[in-house]
Amino acid sequence: MVTVRLATPLRKFSDGKPEIQASGKTIREIIENIDKAKPGFKERIIENGEIKQFINIFHNNEDVRFKKGLDTEVAEDDVISILPAVSGG
Amino acid sequence: MTVISLKCRNCGKRYPVEAISICEECFGPLEVEYDYEAIKEKLSKEKIEKRAPTLWRYRELLPVESDSSIVDLQAGFTPLHRADNLAEALGLKELYIKNDSVNPTFSFKDRVVSVAVSKAIEFGFDTVGCASTGNLANSVAAHAAKAKLNCYIFIPANLNLGKIIQTLAYDPNLISVEGNYDDVNRLCTEIAGYYNWGFVNINLRPFYSEGSKTLGYEVAEQLGWRAPERAIIPVASGSLLTKIYKGLKEFETLGLIDSADTRITAAQSEGCSPVTTAFRTGEPIKPVKPNTIEKSLAIGNPADGYYAVKVIKESGGTAGAASDPEIIEGIKLLAKTEGIFTETAGGVVIATLKKLVEAGEIDRDESVVAYITGNGLKTQDVLANYLTKPPVIKPDLDAFRELVEKKLEKEVVAW
Ligand SMILES: Cc1ncc(COP(=O)(O)O)c(C=O)c1O
Ligand SMILES: [Zn+2]
Repeated sequence: MVTVRLATPLRKFSDGKPEIQASGKTIREIIENIDKAKPGFKERIIENGEIKQFINIFHNNEDVRFKKGLDTEVAEDDVISILPAVSGG
Repeated sequence: MTVISLKCRNCGKRYPVEAISICEECFGPLEVEYDYEAIKEKLSKEKIEKRAPTLWRYRELLPVESDSSIVDLQAGFTPLHRADNLAEALGLKELYIKNDSVNPTFSFKDRVVSVAVSKAIEFGFDTVGCASTGNLANSVAAHAAKAKLNCYIFIPANLNLGKIIQTLAYDPNLISVEGNYDDVNRLCTEIAGYYNWGFVNINLRPFYSEGSKTLGYEVAEQLGWRAPERAIIPVASGSLLTKIYKGLKEFETLGLIDSADTRITAAQSEGCSPVTTAFRTGEPIKPVKPNTIEKSLAIGNPADGYYAVKVIKESGGTAGAASDPEIIEGIKLLAKTEGIFTETAGGVVIATLKKLVEAGEIDRDESVVAYITGNGLKTQDVLANYLTKPPVIKPDLDAFRELVEKKLEKEVVAW
């Protein structure tokens, strides 16, 4: 399983929990699998097959835009963070 | 009460005034919404001019409700210099330097932090924090000390020594994180989701960022209640740039200035220029890994990058970037022409201005305001490598005469 850390506005899909466990071989698959259990999750994050403008996704603390985006491969025990892009500075 | 709500800048959804920064629907940034009609009735040039020379002279346009919550180290109302020597060196007709490096902790960050920490007190937080490229660390630590709040500051491990030492003097919990600013910021965004603290540039960001508007107000007031023709502004997250523009637009809305048609111009380092690159290529912001001596502006993944590019375009401005050697030359040029010693971010502004004038992108006839936002004493480590050591002599008149005459001789030969 993979740990998925969620930004506060997404915790309505996790009963308020800051992180959940999910499975999948890529980030896209993980998001789709969570969406099956919690419909509406995916459309908060993905638009036209891409990560939405104001969201950043990190795989083991690395911005996935430096990797393969939603197609970044994920292994057992990895950590994904889905966070607001407008933060800091 | 001049604040109406928090409003999503992207989708327009409104929220009550709380310690939140992100729209639940679209993740867009929340912005403070004011009742400008009410402010118009309360505020006038005469009233502002009679008030104390701090950023709080624009009280009605800042999102803090009660005077008793204000944490005030007397930031703001810094000098606006007419910079004729530098103007001549750059071939510009009229140039002003807004010297915001003389704030209480020696950068413009005291403006945003004074507002954010005051708001933190209003929200009842007992702990404040931030992710910082250094200047913010100094300012949050100082304001937390004054307000007797607990304080957690997160910085990238490779920061300038001067900024680390200054921060430590205020005695916060300072945590140095292995990685660049974007790593620190991601970590803090996660921490802010776990601890109920007031992170000035995360959950308090809508309030924090409003403080930068005062750099627009002040310059307009100091120019005799008019907007500059062009402003050149250092960009990291892009918040400062977008808020200077907002401030000028608000003054126009309130009738305090006739028009706010300032051409907003961004300055970055070549080693970290996601905003300048996006403006120049017309592509969306692409995050970068910073590689430059310029640490204050080293944000590779700028939170307000999208809006900064929008403001630059909308205002008819432009964007440029300076290399590391040009940044050093920029610092030296400002110091030796105007007697103002700035840090690397100021070097970026002067160097970028020079390049944009030389390239003809800034007209020589324009009246320009250059924002100098941080103090040279903070980045001495960088500059030290580029200055020649002073000669050492015996405390003896002949020794001095020999030195001077040798030098003179040299100059004569050179002629
Ligand atoms: C000296 C200085 N100038 C300008 C900026 C740019 O600020 P912003 O992140 O609002 O673009 C910073 C940011 O840390 C800074 O330290
Ligand atoms: Zn929204």
